[in-house]
Amino acid sequence: MTARHVSFGAFVAAAADAGRLVVQPRMGFGDPRLMRAGLERTRAATATTAGTLTVDSYTRVGDLAAARAAVADGARLNGYPIATHPAAVTRALLAGLVDEGFPVQVRHGSARPEAIVRALTAAGLDATEGGPVSYCLPYGRTPLRRSVAAWARACELLAGAVRPGAVPHVESFGGCLLGQLCPPGLLVALSVLECLFFAQHGIRSVSLSYAQQTHPGQDEEAVRALRRLAAEFLPAGVDHHVVLYTYMGVYPRTPHGATRLLEASARLAVRSGAGRLIVKTTAEAHRIPTVEENVRALETAAAAAALAGPPAAPDGPDGPDADGGEVLAEARTLIETVLDLDDDLSRALPAAFARGLLDVPFCLHPDNPGRSRGLVDPTGRLRWAATGGMPIGADATTAAPLTADGLLAALHHVVRRYDSAPPNPEDGHARPPAARLTVRPPAPTSTTVT
Amino acid sequence: MKILLSGTASDSHTWNLVYLQLFLGELGHEVVGLGPCVDAEELADACRRHAPDAVVLSSVNGHGYRDGLAAVRRLRAEPALAAVPVVIGGKLGVAGRPQETETARLLRAGCDAVLGDDLDALRGFLAARVHGGVPA
Repeated sequence: MTARHVSFGAFVAAAADAGRLVVQPRMGFGDPRLMRAGLERTRAATATTAGTLTVDSYTRVGDLAAARAAVADGARLNGYPIATHPAAVTRALLAGLVDEGFPVQVRHGSARPEAIVRALTAAGLDATEGGPVSYCLPYGRTPLRRSVAAWARACELLAGAVRPGAVPHVESFGGCLLGQLCPPGLLVALSVLECLFFAQHGIRSVSLSYAQQTHPGQDEEAVRALRRLAAEFLPAGVDHHVVLYTYMGVYPRTPHGATRLLEASARLAVRSGAGRLIVKTTAEAHRIPTVEENVRALETAAAAAALAGPPAAPDGPDGPDADGGEVLAEARTLIETVLDLDDDLSRALPAAFARGLLDVPFCLHPDNPGRSRGLVDPTGRLRWAATGGMPIGADATTAAPLTADGLLAALHHVVRRYDSAPPNPEDGHARPPAARLTVRPPAPTSTTVT
Repeated sequence: MKILLSGTASDSHTWNLVYLQLFLGELGHEVVGLGPCVDAEELADACRRHAPDAVVLSSVNGHGYRDGLAAVRRLRAEPALAAVPVVIGGKLGVAGRPQETETARLLRAGCDAVLGDDLDALRGFLAARVHGGVPA
């Protein structure tokens, strides 16, 4: 590995100081040569980029035997099996690529990430993401208490593997959860709580995530609330930034819809003061994107961000943070309720779910209470149809019983707006012309729910 | 009829399962939903416990052919589960289009139908298995 090293958090902070949004793809290939080629192309994109090494699903669920068998069979995996390829292979794939101008984050989605953390530190990396709740409840069957214990150990492993000059970084995926139909207050609260958890286990540089939802104004309020609560609740000396995810729900199938949604997320990131953006591509609705599609998405997002102009000053008397709004109030209530249970989040988080004080809508995990539900209101904002035992109120709008068609309509709220072609689906926000529109074959027409 | 609805071993996706649970329920079926990331052993356990009339596997993470094969082989290895109808659908490979060889392998292993993401095909498959009833 290179001797010159800058930590992931410091890289994003330096870009922010220079007025640049860091853009990052989702990208993972089983073959080390393809993985390296993908990172090289990410680095060479006309944008301020961070690299991504996404781990395959077998490694994610801890089935290393299946990952080894797939590599042995030459099967195509949906990501890089970092705990299967020898560390020397991973180091060679990164050699000469990772340096002060290009950090690489390992993305995985595991509720039991110790093996992945051991493998990434052995390869000389020190940035990853996830969280004890956000990589457990929405994505599998691992009991929450086991995930919490595993994440505590993983953070301590990562914090203890520090090389001189390096500051390990962990991003909370708490602002994404199931990707859609979760009102922002809970997303913001979980991002803050997970980053506090990381800090309690020795991590000194974190990022708080938020996934673009259904309404630009509500999203901006949420990112600002996230920044404000992070500053308030994270211990002094813990470096942090906000990472925005381009919409994670059912994605537009048309190239123009996909591009416009990506550009809207880049402008949202700039407007709300996020430091980093995880992009989506025009291929998202159809299959795992190619490297070329990823590079195009990175450059499109960077161009939209550069054209967006500086964000509104957050703290002035007329600034958007002046009264904070309902997302801030809801998130603060949830955070304080959890912290009141126990100062140690390893105990407080499982206790909060066990008592129903946190409840992720539509999540099928056995440890999730499963009594909450989100909806898209007539103005396009996400609201609570039901809050179960959470210390926040459901919205007065009466929610119709949930049907398959109703769910599908809610899941497709954004895709409908962006795939149809009104001049601007962003409710009046100025929109520069699309940087690149590529004509692609028409999309298949069958119903897909992903 | 009673349907066991499940994700596949390495697939964490949930919305497909939330939707299918509602969809199948509205067709008049009793649905037992196992959630995402169910490995072959857990699936076999659940089949013994719930004795379903059909098993619906949904996978969208690109490992569906591989995970589905392991699941079907595990069910068919057990005499009590050798005959339960099993259907798998979703986005089964990483290539974004059906793979004939992989589909044939699943069928040979004892899968009764390999579908894409066409819900009419799923409705048809289940209707054909409702004993003496008129499909919803």
